[in-house]
Amino acid sequence: MKPLLLSHFTATSCIGRGLEQTLDALRRGRCGLAPCAFETVDLDTFVGEVAGVDDVQIPPHLAAFDCRNNRLALLALMQDNFAAAVRAAAAKYGHQRIGVFIGTSTSGILETELAYRRRDPVSGALPDDFHYRTQHNTFSVADFTRHYFDLTGPAVVVSSACSSSAKVFSSARRMMAAGLIDAALVGGVDTLCLTTLYGFNSLGLTAAQACRPYDAARDGISIGEAGAFALLQHAPDELADDAILLLGVGESSDAYHMSSPHPDGLGARIAMQAALNMAGLAAQDIDYINLHGTATPSNDAAEGKAVAALFGATTPCSSTKGATGHTLGAAGGLEAVICALALQHGLLPAGINTRELDPSIPLNYLLANRTQAVARVMSNSFGFGGTNCSLIFGRAN
Amino acid sequence: MKTTILSAYIDGIGLLGPGLSGWPGSQAIIAGQQPYLGQPTALPLPALLPAAERRRSGAIVKLTLATGLEAVAAAGLDPASLPCVYTSSSGDGQNCHEICQTLASSDRQISPTRFHNSVHNAAPGYWSIATGAMTPISVLCAYDASFGAGLLEAMTQVLVDDVTTLLISCDNPYPEPLHHARPILDNFGIAMVLAPVAGAHSLARISVSLSGDAAHSLDDDALEHLRLNIPSARSLPLLRALAQGQSGRIVLDYFDHLRIAVEIAPC
Repeated sequence: MKPLLLSHFTATSCIGRGLEQTLDALRRGRCGLAPCAFETVDLDTFVGEVAGVDDVQIPPHLAAFDCRNNRLALLALMQDNFAAAVRAAAAKYGHQRIGVFIGTSTSGILETELAYRRRDPVSGALPDDFHYRTQHNTFSVADFTRHYFDLTGPAVVVSSACSSSAKVFSSARRMMAAGLIDAALVGGVDTLCLTTLYGFNSLGLTAAQACRPYDAARDGISIGEAGAFALLQHAPDELADDAILLLGVGESSDAYHMSSPHPDGLGARIAMQAALNMAGLAAQDIDYINLHGTATPSNDAAEGKAVAALFGATTPCSSTKGATGHTLGAAGGLEAVICALALQHGLLPAGINTRELDPSIPLNYLLANRTQAVARVMSNSFGFGGTNCSLIFGRAN
Repeated sequence: MKTTILSAYIDGIGLLGPGLSGWPGSQAIIAGQQPYLGQPTALPLPALLPAAERRRSGAIVKLTLATGLEAVAAAGLDPASLPCVYTSSSGDGQNCHEICQTLASSDRQISPTRFHNSVHNAAPGYWSIATGAMTPISVLCAYDASFGAGLLEAMTQVLVDDVTTLLISCDNPYPEPLHHARPILDNFGIAMVLAPVAGAHSLARISVSLSGDAAHSLDDDALEHLRLNIPSARSLPLLRALAQGQSGRIVLDYFDHLRIAVEIAPC
């Protein structure tokens, strides 16, 4: 593929609002996870809750979009002058020439969960202040973003569980290459809700402690929430050395099971190889892999096998979910931004919380930060339904 | 404004909706040569799925498998060979309702199967398990614009990646009380195999572009009612042109001020 420029990017998660706080947390190895005190949830688990989401004011003309997911979207868009960059791109290319591609798994379902507690006792009807289209529907966050910036071109939500906001890069790449748009606002937003907390708990996949990816005693995920965005443009001839480029995307399906990965990580391996092929790179060209690394026993074992088969045991890798939690549909976007920070600042972030690495997984898993020049990195995102996506990012020089 | 035109060949169609069972049997109805008789959508059992998955699969899985397999068979292809674009405005409505109801009750323990079926990509996940396709699937939602979003994504895949692509667009109604907030009439699924070059099974060449023109409606009141009240049925003007076998230009609904023009040239 022709590399695409991430001209601007930002992320907000439980480790920080915007790039500066996020980078600082990674440098300090700070964990954003805490015992779950979300809403009325009575589960013994840790979550990565973003502080202050419910203080965000949705503009009055978009009041129907008010829900936790769109509040976090707006909070994230407000960081790092990202909104100004989108407006500048709209002025430059035209409002119809910027596509919107946002990944989410649960959208504003929290509002529906709460509305179901307030059903009319006689008719069973949902309360009048429940807005299906702008709160519940999976498209809501892309529709909100589109309206917020008055963008009038193609827009879509990608919703393939935990690969959603990695796969947005693929959809945007194709639409830009086809010439339908000149720039793409891509990202991922997912927020805490009862469906995912009780759902992952029902599968026995939530950890009682802060999650420990790739630990021998790992026992499940910590659910987090995040909003992360990037503005993709065609790369100009002249680029700053630390400009971040999307070099390749690889996708596959496991065709195996709805909620368990292929035991040998076959689908994951196909996705990583496809990303290398698209980028025209070999495994040894990758300096760091940001693993999917959810900390469930089966995910890390399967991904570990796939990475080892393709990269051997030398490529430095880690999962940053020990810091941020698993932000589900926002994970691909959040970890793409973490990869961009790794490239710009020469930082290979450690996997935190992990004490004793699983000896059956032969990877160069980083337990301490490493500072070195970083030229190219891979980010993995896999999800329920057997959906896999690997992204490769690089510095211009 | 620049006009970008994306072209592809339609090599197979699958269709299920109220009063519409399969593409061959629906063509004369959609073309206006036979009367439309409104009947609830008939969903076949997904024979390809293993027994355990078949038991757990809801209407949207049946819809997805039936329409996808019909389109792929018509194109004479192996479903495992095709990347897929899957688009749905809703997901599994009954499953969503059951989860919300349980979470609002005194016992919030939802079933693991309900939870994994709640993801928007559950039906395409079952598609890949049933067909053995390890190919990529893009899973999309754009509310009422979901069919248009899927068509654009599939067309860019055909053009940019030069691959034959399966587009599946499915909608599933919600039970009450969500039905009142989002009244989708009935199950409706449309699948199309889109190919970069003409082949033995090609039905028509389509050329797609963004347009500000008004979306075309249907003369038949009952079919127009479907078009307006099921997002996947926004595809009906395209299906009508294909059923009539005539070349021409139609405009499909997409967003409020942006629509999708399709030039059709039968093969």
